[in-house]
Amino acid sequence: MLLRHTTKEVKEREALVVNPAKTCQPIGAMYAALGIHKCLPHSHGSQGCCSYHRSTLTRHYKEPVMAATSSFTEGSAVFGGQSNLVEAINNIFTVYKPDIIAVHTTCLSETIGDDVPQIVEKARIDGKIPEGKYVINASTPSYVGSHVTGFANMVKGMVNCLAENTGTKLDQINIIPGWTEPSDMREIKCLAHKMGVKIVMFPDTSDVLDAPQTGRHVFYPKGGVSIEQLKSTGNSVATIALGPVASAPAAEVLNAKCKVPCEILDLPIGIRATDRFIEKLAGIAGKIVPDAITEERGRLIDIITDMQQYFYGKKVALFGDPDQLISLAEFLKDLDMKPVHIVTGTPGKKFETSIKEILKEGVPEVNVRAAGDMYLLHQWIKNEPVDLLIGNTYGKYIARDEDIPFIRFGFPILDRIGHSYFPSVGYKGGMHLVEKILGAILDRKDRDSAEESFELVL
Amino acid sequence: MINILEQRKKQIYKKGEKHFDMKCETTSLAGSVSQRACVFCGSRVVLYPIADALHLVHGPIGCAVYTWDIRGALSSGPELHRNSFSTDLNEIDVIYGGEKKLLSTLIELIERYQPKAAFVYATCIAGLIGDDVSSICKKVAGLTRIPVIPVQSEGFKGTKKDGYAAACHALFSLIGTSGNEQKVPFSINILGDFNLAGETWIIKEYYARIGINVVATMTGDGRIDDIRGANRAELNVVQCSGSMTTLAKLMQEKFQIPFIKVSYFGIEDMSEALYSVVRHFDNREIMEKTTKLVSSEIERIMPTIADYRRKLSGKNAAVYVGGAFKAFSLIKSLRHLGMNVVVAGSQTGNNDDYTLLKDLSDEGTIIVDDTNPLELSKFIQEKKVDILIGGVKERPIAYKLGLGFCDHNHERKIALAGYEGMLNFAKEVYSTIMSPVWQFRVSREGTEDI
Repeated sequence: MLLRHTTKEVKEREALVVNPAKTCQPIGAMYAALGIHKCLPHSHGSQGCCSYHRSTLTRHYKEPVMAATSSFTEGSAVFGGQSNLVEAINNIFTVYKPDIIAVHTTCLSETIGDDVPQIVEKARIDGKIPEGKYVINASTPSYVGSHVTGFANMVKGMVNCLAENTGTKLDQINIIPGWTEPSDMREIKCLAHKMGVKIVMFPDTSDVLDAPQTGRHVFYPKGGVSIEQLKSTGNSVATIALGPVASAPAAEVLNAKCKVPCEILDLPIGIRATDRFIEKLAGIAGKIVPDAITEERGRLIDIITDMQQYFYGKKVALFGDPDQLISLAEFLKDLDMKPVHIVTGTPGKKFETSIKEILKEGVPEVNVRAAGDMYLLHQWIKNEPVDLLIGNTYGKYIARDEDIPFIRFGFPILDRIGHSYFPSVGYKGGMHLVEKILGAILDRKDRDSAEESFELVL
Repeated sequence: MINILEQRKKQIYKKGEKHFDMKCETTSLAGSVSQRACVFCGSRVVLYPIADALHLVHGPIGCAVYTWDIRGALSSGPELHRNSFSTDLNEIDVIYGGEKKLLSTLIELIERYQPKAAFVYATCIAGLIGDDVSSICKKVAGLTRIPVIPVQSEGFKGTKKDGYAAACHALFSLIGTSGNEQKVPFSINILGDFNLAGETWIIKEYYARIGINVVATMTGDGRIDDIRGANRAELNVVQCSGSMTTLAKLMQEKFQIPFIKVSYFGIEDMSEALYSVVRHFDNREIMEKTTKLVSSEIERIMPTIADYRRKLSGKNAAVYVGGAFKAFSLIKSLRHLGMNVVVAGSQTGNNDDYTLLKDLSDEGTIIVDDTNPLELSKFIQEKKVDILIGGVKERPIAYKLGLGFCDHNHERKIALAGYEGMLNFAKEVYSTIMSPVWQFRVSREGTEDI
């Protein structure tokens, strides 16, 4: 057993992470930047950072991931990374010709104190940024927060650097979809379209990280929010931020900078969270929810009705990113299941309060931890076994050692293909999730049944 | 047309052009979409397969996560190496230093896991904030009575190759500390095989069949005690020369152990690897066993290889790998399958490597150092490539272009070493080139101009 060393006894650890449930900020910034059309993400740090982030994103999305690096050397660490970044900006616009470069920092460039906005300004003065091209930036030190923080910071950077209030209101609503799959972003756009609401969604990685096979390697795929759209977010009627951790910071800055009021909602995963999103979107836009969406909701409820007999009282352990876990916990409770252990690696005490609030009726005894790790989750499971484990690929060690049915959900998924093509948001996403959950539970029942009780019809 | 920067032009050569003056071993240009990694990555991949050691990454969380069990280096026993341990440095540590955290973390981990040794990787931040990783390691070694070895692998202090060297020095500090100096007769150490998909096991089995004793494997399926006693071997057999030659040279100097460079990929190179070991020992019995092994293995696989060759004849391959040595074996293996290598490159080759590569290549082959996706796509299109052989970041590019792909890097899941590996390789190349999915390809126009 790979995790044979995990003890049942839980001892508080101060200075040590064993099998992390998070990673560092820059990868989130890189993912967010890929959601801008014709953008080349740029990692201001050592070469390895960029390479690791590209590899991990490639393993999850199974798509080419393009990003450049400042390629720090010992000299840059001593004298600062200014010349590297100026040279990088020049080389990138010459060779890769993006419309926009999104620079994020790393632990290295943050610690030596590089002032990226000032360096970008210098590049502009030196004529390294061609007419009509843009360089935006975000500060993403790896030693603060997590990959989700990095995503939030880069989205905030888009607002900081590009959003403008020109004084003319536009009949459009901003939606920040959080760190979700390209399929989720596509589904959110689809829901808005069905409602007849004009939206600007940023970032938008659909048609970037789920591009079709065409026999061509398109360096900048057709998807992504455009620079014009990003600028126009300052003139929108309102912003809906999906996910308090990943999306709220940008929405709040947009409100402060351009006076665009914002609504912070949970990610629309599950019935209630999707209801809240649909109602809010319809409310702000002054639209009536169309039958097509109401019927979709009805189909989800119908499926759950058929399934409810199997869900009652099933214990679940969850781990992953805070915004996803909050909505998922609520959904599982509505399915009559019991999420008993919940861990995110991302720090933030508010997460624990939110989860406890959601589960105070139903699962008041829930174990929940922000800034936790997989080792802790495993210990909790040893003390109170579960019927199902939901989380990213790193859950497979626990699932195997403890022999628990396991559903892959979240980031990263390194050992399956297809997850980025099916949504988990919206009513459609709900259907997809419950199908996976019931499948996992009943597959296990079939596997474990003795022959005399192994039945055709379940 | 894509632009190739003036500075990069000397890193690309087309065989047949008169002037050959490959520029390599340079740091990548700032702003390049390089496929390369960093010093830490180099150290981590070399040391990671040592299964009964604790591997602690001292830095912010990312470096530990991105190297957590990604390499598929299999172990026949302990699996401590497949866990991820990090000091997870935060803002306060960056200001006040991470030494205290490192000390308490190490003591706690060693107490809990009882490893045979601990490797502590210093990342960018550890170096920058001035943590004295060496002295903490020394202190913990004194307290716990196991070797605690600092690996100075700050990402910015050079290239991946410098990381290999740091790993070699870490290994070297262990060798000869077992207290036993007696030589093992007819014995070798296997250097530079990492037991991906169980390849070390295949190679070890060949050596066992011909009567050669393997003292230590560095580092595939590696164990600390074996490494400590590696001075007892009579010969070092180095694969992946880019990563392990440093160690072989250090051992030659200190323990007078000679070394030879080999490759276990492909029929000729595998056979030559065995024969060159045998030549060193100059023993008739071993030679006879080897001749028998080689001929029986070749006899076993050749009919199948010939069958694949008929089907693959004339297909074009592009090879882009980490170390150049691998490209040599791949060119030879692909020739066995009747295929042409029309593009060949590496991330970290040196001048000698590229000269060899040039000599081995056919006319018109493009040779490239530290390429980027844009150039790679262009060459693939220009040379009408049917399969790309590379690593994780190259795979989706090949697929998008509508051509086959074979992972010859960390993520191969099928053993490609040895005679068995040649069969697997042929099968994999065939299945991907001939996949029915390519019938549905809409067009095949290569890279889009940007």
